Amino acid sequence: MIRRRKPRPAPPTPAGDLSDARRNFVTPEGVDLKLQVGAYVDRMLALAIDLMILAGCLVVLTLLAFAAAAGTKNPSLLSVVVVIWLLGSFVLRLGYFIGFELSDAGATPGKRAMKLRVISRDGRRLTADAVFARNALRELEVFLPASFLLARGVGVDAGLILLGMIWTGVFIVFPLFNRDRLRLGDLAAGAMVVKAPKLKLLKDVAENASSTLSGLAFTETQLDAYGIKELQVLEDVLRGDDRRTLAAVAAQIRTKIAWEGPSDVSDRSFLSAYYAALRGRLETGLLFGRRRADKHDAPAARAQANT
Amino acid sequence: MAELQLKSQRFRDEREEDWRRLERLLERARGGGLKKLKPRELLELPILYRQALSSLSVARAISLDRGLVEYLESLCARAYFFVYGARANPWSRIAGFFRHDWPAAVRGVWRETLVAALLMAAGAVLAFALVMREPGWFYAFVDPALAQGREPGASREALMATLHGNPDGHRGLEVLAAFLFTHNAQIAVFAFAFGFAFCLLTAGLLVVNGLTLGAFLALFAQHDLSFPASGWLLIHGVTELFAVTLAGAAGLSIGWAVTFPGARRRIDAAMHAGRRGAVVMAGVVLMLFFAALLEGFGRQLIQPDLARYAVALATAVLWGTYFYLPRRAGGGA
Repeated sequence: MIRRRKPRPAPPTPAGDLSDARRNFVTPEGVDLKLQVGAYVDRMLALAIDLMILAGCLVVLTLLAFAAAAGTKNPSLLSVVVVIWLLGSFVLRLGYFIGFELSDAGATPGKRAMKLRVISRDGRRLTADAVFARNALRELEVFLPASFLLARGVGVDAGLILLGMIWTGVFIVFPLFNRDRLRLGDLAAGAMVVKAPKLKLLKDVAENASSTLSGLAFTETQLDAYGIKELQVLEDVLRGDDRRTLAAVAAQIRTKIAWEGPSDVSDRSFLSAYYAALRGRLETGLLFGRRRADKHDAPAARAQANT
Repeated sequence: MAELQLKSQRFRDEREEDWRRLERLLERARGGGLKKLKPRELLELPILYRQALSSLSVARAISLDRGLVEYLESLCARAYFFVYGARANPWSRIAGFFRHDWPAAVRGVWRETLVAALLMAAGAVLAFALVMREPGWFYAFVDPALAQGREPGASREALMATLHGNPDGHRGLEVLAAFLFTHNAQIAVFAFAFGFAFCLLTAGLLVVNGLTLGAFLALFAQHDLSFPASGWLLIHGVTELFAVTLAGAAGLSIGWAVTFPGARRRIDAAMHAGRRGAVVMAGVVLMLFFAALLEGFGRQLIQPDLARYAVALATAVLWGTYFYLPRRAGGGA
């Protein structure tokens, strides 16, 4: 009944737990980075951005060719336009994807905008042939069937177009059917796309407590009311700093731990103090090898071990 | 009872400066790569990276500040990508591709290349024999859009004219070359991609390609035009057919790896073959580009049969020595 009322600003994923989108990724130094697999939607958006950039380049080139044709009154320049679209699109496309993915960022501008990057699945360096492979196969997965559609009426019949659509359809949903969201090209190249957001080092929430803690003390029973999961929800609440949420959570915790201390403390100060105290207690437990995942983990075992 | 400062806070206070320093270095190196960093900073970076990694391990064990752990995860991931990122001079990498990677990959699929070439030759011989006996078969093998008037009913003069086009009609050659390149690149890419379907479709595609070829040759042979027709075909055909054969070989090697992975896991076998195949394919695309130039320009501009044969022979020798000539061990130079 208490669970139901508990506000959850962010899904509570304890750092130690691997949710679906996380993947074990051990560096050569032996530390697991627990990388976040690039979400399907993000990758689609990244591709859309890249394609728009490419289309923009082609349009600009085309306009330049037209301008040159008009300026020099030389109609043969118009055939250059055809070449731009036939050859330019192909060369530009491959060069764009391969060039950017081989760069330091390991990502095209679209991917960078979505905070994605390409990495090698075995944890080693991303090699040039892997990048070649994943982009050569993109041609097969998406662009080749798409070109059937464009070539309609030039000797390509409806059957082939249909086949191409089915083909692309299969490969477009392919990443949804494996855990690492690999498309065929990633599979062949031994690469994968991960989300690598740039996070700021936030202020430690417990810092606030040291200044406001004075006078607030909690008993061991009161601190045994919650586990790590609740602690981290509380962290989110404090970081969110929304007055109404703070009030609701503070009221709930006061009830739960049967708070009898001073009632004139602000909700924020009370929560900060409780957070610091709870974290101190749980971290001490950690040092002794006891990780209390959430409030349903019995603290009794701990009491026993303490004696 | 709560301590004024938690252990995890002290942990953070002691190391925070190093993390921030690593972050600043990464930020600075991001734009211009290593050149932006001073030698001292360059030496510092891997040390800071390992410190951050160790901090992450410790933080996971002792700290319940999720903000901190997530920050360290993101920082370590970024530093990892930088330290182990794909970094090489693009030019030396391109040079390495031509000097070593591509020929090595092509040699690596020599068995498949032989098989692919045999499949195509079998198709050609079959179609040649059939069309020689019964010209009606021609339509079964050749797409009318591709034939452009080269049909069994055509007169010898008309056929001859298709081989030695009007030398004045050069306009539009670049469009033709671009079209041919796109067309052939698609066939090659198909031959490669179909390899995933357990070789069968690639084999089929190679045979079909051979059938078209055989039918064309038979058509000209019936009018006693074999010699000029072969020259017309081979001036670019040596490069183009070789490229398509290699594409088919790359596809076959993937199909073979998927079907018979041996001791490896199927996915690993596919990955291995896929990487090698992709290197072959990157080169195949270049070969096709070259072939399209020969076909679009060379064939129209070089009219004498013997000159065409000379070009064909030159390309054959060129590709043959480039790919298969034994090299010094190490393959570097």
